[in-house]
Amino acid sequence: MKFLQTAFGALLLSTPIMSLAQSASERSNINLRPGVTDISQQVFGLHMMMFWICVAIAVIVFGVMFYAMIKHRKSAGAKPANFHENVKVEIAWTVVPFLILIAMAVPAASTLLDMEDVSKPDLTVLVTGSQWKWHYKYMDNDVEFFSTLATQPEQIRNKFTKSENYLLEVDRPLVIPTGKKVRFLITSDDVIHSWWVPDFAVKKDANPGFINEAWTNVNEPGVYRGQCAELCGKDHGFMPVVVIAMEPEEYEAWIVEQEAIAQRAREEEQRLLAMNMSMEELMTTGKQVYDSVCAACHMPNGEGLAGVFPAIKGSAIATGDDLNPHIDIIVYGKAGTAMQSFAKQLTMSEIAAVITYQRNAWGNNTGDMVQAKDINAVMNGE
Amino acid sequence: MSTATDTVNTNPDSHGHDSHDDHHHHIPKGLMRWVLTTNHKDIGTLYLWFAFIMFLVGGAMAMVIRAELFQPGLQIVEPNFFNQMTTVHGLIMVFGAVMPAFTGLANWLIPMMIGAPDMALPRMNNWSFWILPFAFLILLSSLFVEGGGPAFGWTFYAPLSTTYSGDSTALFVFSVHIMGISSIMGAINVIVTIFNMRAPGMTYMKMPLFVWTWLITAFLLIAVMPVLAGVVTMVLTDKYFGTSFFDAAGGGDPVLFQHIFWFFGHPEVYIMILPAFGIISQIVPTFSRKKLFGYASMVYATASIALLSFIVWAHHMFTTGMPVFAEMFFMIATMIIAVPTGVKVFNWVATMWRGSISFEIPMLFAIAFIILFTIGGLSGLMLAITPVDFQYHDTYFVVAHFHYVLVTGAVFSIMAAVYYWLPKWTGRMFDITLAKWHFWCSLISVNVLFFPMHFVGLAGMPRRIPDYALQFADFNKWISVGGFAFGLSQLIFLALVIKACRKKGEKVSSQVWEGAEGLEWEIPSPAPYHTFDTPPTVK
Repeated sequence: MKFLQTAFGALLLSTPIMSLAQSASERSNINLRPGVTDISQQVFGLHMMMFWICVAIAVIVFGVMFYAMIKHRKSAGAKPANFHENVKVEIAWTVVPFLILIAMAVPAASTLLDMEDVSKPDLTVLVTGSQWKWHYKYMDNDVEFFSTLATQPEQIRNKFTKSENYLLEVDRPLVIPTGKKVRFLITSDDVIHSWWVPDFAVKKDANPGFINEAWTNVNEPGVYRGQCAELCGKDHGFMPVVVIAMEPEEYEAWIVEQEAIAQRAREEEQRLLAMNMSMEELMTTGKQVYDSVCAACHMPNGEGLAGVFPAIKGSAIATGDDLNPHIDIIVYGKAGTAMQSFAKQLTMSEIAAVITYQRNAWGNNTGDMVQAKDINAVMNGE
Repeated sequence: MSTATDTVNTNPDSHGHDSHDDHHHHIPKGLMRWVLTTNHKDIGTLYLWFAFIMFLVGGAMAMVIRAELFQPGLQIVEPNFFNQMTTVHGLIMVFGAVMPAFTGLANWLIPMMIGAPDMALPRMNNWSFWILPFAFLILLSSLFVEGGGPAFGWTFYAPLSTTYSGDSTALFVFSVHIMGISSIMGAINVIVTIFNMRAPGMTYMKMPLFVWTWLITAFLLIAVMPVLAGVVTMVLTDKYFGTSFFDAAGGGDPVLFQHIFWFFGHPEVYIMILPAFGIISQIVPTFSRKKLFGYASMVYATASIALLSFIVWAHHMFTTGMPVFAEMFFMIATMIIAVPTGVKVFNWVATMWRGSISFEIPMLFAIAFIILFTIGGLSGLMLAITPVDFQYHDTYFVVAHFHYVLVTGAVFSIMAAVYYWLPKWTGRMFDITLAKWHFWCSLISVNVLFFPMHFVGLAGMPRRIPDYALQFADFNKWISVGGFAFGLSQLIFLALVIKACRKKGEKVSSQVWEGAEGLEWEIPSPAPYHTFDTPPTVK
């Protein structure tokens, strides 16, 4: 019965009046969202126009067909007529659809031209996809960060109750100001991803080696959620997009604060270079980093996925006497494979910790300790 | 250099007398009959059974997909295996079920419809079938390779299918090559048969529409299967031999892959629907007891759809970042396809108009086809509108759209065809009670399965994900229930076909259906092993 109710609700809700009554950012379970930009509302209007034209065509065609099925059925004594062509009718049903198509194409083309006009942005964000996270870099400020899924693995494995925004929550959302034209430069570090926020009607592929452009101008402050739309490998379903739109003054305060935080982090990193962490500290931090960054491919038990992602447990690199190959592969990645460079994503002390963890967990008991300064030495070619 | 003997051998009136007499009146027995056969009816049967088995295998994979998606969270399979299931499900249904089923119908029906004794190239016919099981054994065996089978979607976009794919990619490439060779040979056979072996008086504009649609389909196959072979070979060399067709680091372009793939892929979707149009154009007039409305416009509409299919490929790629005027071109070209497709639907409805309609099983499937295919066509029109496609693209709305045109379109037409011609093939009427159960169970479950996909897609559920946000949970449960029911309903069909093959049921006349017209209804039921040894004359 619930299904019937929802299906019936679907019909009701898709009427234009009901849709207008919907709050703009409210999530609909059965229809597109009008969204929170002028463009997304135009797109929603086009969608509803197309939908009603299609409904009208279907009602007419199926209506005629069902009339024939009832009135001209053999069991009601219908005798077949003889006609099998009619030039006038045939011309009419070729020309009329043409006119309907033109009526559809004109507003669609005008919206499309607006959507593709990326000129005169107020600010620009570089969006980079990689397996399976997004990286945001503010081109006008010294701020950049990764944004990864925040849903706990235990929720996905059905051990914990699923939270309200299950699979649609990230550790660090993108923040943009309202009422400003924000341009996105979209690219990828590995396979093709697609950056999609339904409330902005923005979906653009992230192609490795190429840069795509898109833009938005958000009318209402709020939290807007989307997902990667292009199949990008194992965890394609687990790389959401979350965007917070703030009033411009709030945004200004936020970005200044982020710049200060980034500055402090750089200073902290320099300070840590001169220090040694204890084994216990290294292992604790290392496990945190491993579980959030490495475990997606190499699995929490370090055994990888046979034939797809190599094991770290017992591997030559993670148990060999020479530390350099291990540091190298994490700092620079391995060309031609899914192993990406983590130099940008992790601090030197985090890299040191995760290497120490990998060399001592799961029976890889090498006893090696790696410190931030060892990483610094490799990165600076010493 | 043509010698006198060559001339004799190629003359249909006097061909093969010496070799013919000894196998004319007996049918070879046992397994070797099927391995060595060059008979179009045997090969048609082989194709149809193969397609049915593949339909059940691909369907079993769909059941795994729907079981995992029954509720949010990961329950049954791991994401990597889930991706293998969606990939291989797609490949098997397209290349293993729908295409071989249509080739099987072509083999059975085209010679009987045009008054030819067999297909023009019988030995090649045998080979084009028998390489297929090997292609699919290779594809299925790839699932057992370490790291699993192909997991990059049936569209195998680079670089996911090159740099980032597993070791089974070579097996995938090789199996697609074999499928392509099989399709090309089948298409050549259809064209040569239709061009050369029509009975006297069977002019082109007298050919049944099933023959016409298959002729046009065969040209599409020959045009685009080599493109598919090219693109899989580029994937192979990018992955294993260091080329960079699709790798920007070496001067290539990942979007180039999509252009080549969809230049094959879009005509491919018409390869899977044009023969369906032909089947419906045979069935609707029979059960309306009235000639097909607009025969000539049907032929021209089919040809227009085929030509247009070559200039719309990039509508699959609106989000890849094309110049805005390219987006407009592909939007408008795509919308224009609605015109000839509309003509076809209007013609079917006009055929029924003022007919004397009865609702035997093939007609039920044909009517379901017209309604549900039209729903799929209308959502296709919505998808053509570029600015809105940005929202629909890669969501379940697309999944709903192509399953409406391929399952309730292509697959329903194949079932309609089987019910329509099965009595001709076996000489007995199938079990009508079972057939009614099959029809009504399929019709209801397929809509419970695919209709709600429109809703979850519009609400924002991306395709190809093993787990989803909570607001999609209610509909996904119903979609899965519909999926299981549709899967089970096909076992009714299996039982019915087995029963029919075991010669159960009432004997039928040569015409079988009151109102059926065409050469295949003039030969006895069951159709003898050899038909039209002397060509009939068509007035």
